[in-house]
Amino acid sequence: MCSPCHKVAGLVLLLAIAGCEREEREFQSPPPQSGDAGAAVLSTLSPGSSAPQATPSPTGRKYNQNAYHISEGKRWFRWFNCNGCHANGGGGSGPALMDEKWIYGGSIEHIAATIRQGRPNGMPSFDGKIPEQQIWQLAAYVRSMSGNAPKPARPSRNDALNPGPAEQQRDPLPTVGGAAQGPR
Amino acid sequence: MRTGSRLSAAILALFLAGCTGLPAGLDPAGPAAEMITGLFWWFTAICTAVWALVVLGLGASLLRARPADDGASPLDRGSARRISATRVVTALVGATALVLVALTISAFITGRGLAQLRGEQVRTIEITGHQWWWEVRYSDGGPAETLATANEIHVPVGEAVRLSLRSNDVIHSFWIPRIGGKQDLVPGQVNHLDFTIDKPGIYRGQCAEFCGFQHAHMGLVLVAHPRDEFERWFSSQLKPAQAPRGAEARAGQQAFLSRSCVMCHTVRGTPAGGKIAPDLTHIASRSGVAANTLPMTRGALAAWIADPQAVKPGAHMPRTELDSDELNSILAYLEQLK
Repeated sequence: MCSPCHKVAGLVLLLAIAGCEREEREFQSPPPQSGDAGAAVLSTLSPGSSAPQATPSPTGRKYNQNAYHISEGKRWFRWFNCNGCHANGGGGSGPALMDEKWIYGGSIEHIAATIRQGRPNGMPSFDGKIPEQQIWQLAAYVRSMSGNAPKPARPSRNDALNPGPAEQQRDPLPTVGGAAQGPR
Repeated sequence: MRTGSRLSAAILALFLAGCTGLPAGLDPAGPAAEMITGLFWWFTAICTAVWALVVLGLGASLLRARPADDGASPLDRGSARRISATRVVTALVGATALVLVALTISAFITGRGLAQLRGEQVRTIEITGHQWWWEVRYSDGGPAETLATANEIHVPVGEAVRLSLRSNDVIHSFWIPRIGGKQDLVPGQVNHLDFTIDKPGIYRGQCAEFCGFQHAHMGLVLVAHPRDEFERWFSSQLKPAQAPRGAEARAGQQAFLSRSCVMCHTVRGTPAGGKIAPDLTHIASRSGVAANTLPMTRGALAAWIADPQAVKPGAHMPRTELDSDELNSILAYLEQLK
């Protein structure tokens, strides 16, 4: 066979293998190592307004790119009644999650911290009530609501009643830091 | 040669030793299953007869000597052999059609009989399929007598029962071989299955439609009681969960209510009211754990709570980080929920 053919075949194989990662189903996450989960802080210790800061983490990246984790997050979002306040992401008594405004930071590490710690004006703390893996899955799903996850990994359909298009059909919105937005 | 036949006799004896009675599907415990079993034997008898005839015919034609070449071409339409072959083939096609029509009619008659089985006094039980467990609700008697349990159906013997079958996620199929045929649970639709059970006993059932990763571990148990025993079971299940006795069980209740258990499970009589996982009010009275994947023992319950993903990978019950004291106290609490 000619050598360009080899190259093309190799490229196709590589692409195919790269596609497998989004479908990998990790039912049980290994216990987190220190530093894996990144650090999410809400403000820098400097004058003036500053957006919440987070260090990207391997854990966050893993959950953010995996279709299984995101679809499980979608399940928990309904089961744990996040709908009750945030509706299907459009917001109700809680802020909207499908827009570009993030009061407490829009990175996956920030969203996980928000679910874990709770936030003023109504968001309860779920630390100890929702296991760590489910918190990351929820955070990954919440990010995918505004299109902030690889398109092939975002859920392509809605299992329950949902007025909007599936997450895969949405255009990614830029995330804007939230501290300056003030509480709603 | 003799040793050979002895050996084969020994092997046959070994195989037969594995059979204790008939397989579940051929040992009916109610009128519906009896009709289906009757149909099964009728089909088996006819198919066996047809198969034997075909093999006999094939053997005879193999043994028969080829006729002397009479010089006629086999493709010559006028030859006597050709004409007799056409007659034989026509007759056999006709016989095949006749047999198939007869089988179709008998299947239709059985199906119509099954549809007419519905008895007079009907108790309705709502079954909802979930990935991967069965929700069971008794709601005939109004709100005060509504009862939710999971993976275990109790019915009185000799009473017509109607199951209304729903699904919460994907298509499942309800099948207890000794009771009757299968019926699918389809999302957004209510299907019905009517049956009566003649003999008291415990009948094992299983999801019969592939429904995802843990389809094979979606078992259920049907317990048929005499009437008065059933009433006792029902009134004991209606009671809210009993308060924990002893310091360990009290700590267990606290752990149950403050950790992830409370997000999904209901224990009536406590603040736990989650509706997305099995009702645990009387979990210790049931015979199995995790949709009858494991028997109800303290060890099995511990294994399931400590690491559900090792018992049923992909199940929607997550692993909760519990220390050993918490796990033991939760077990002590659950064991008292009789």
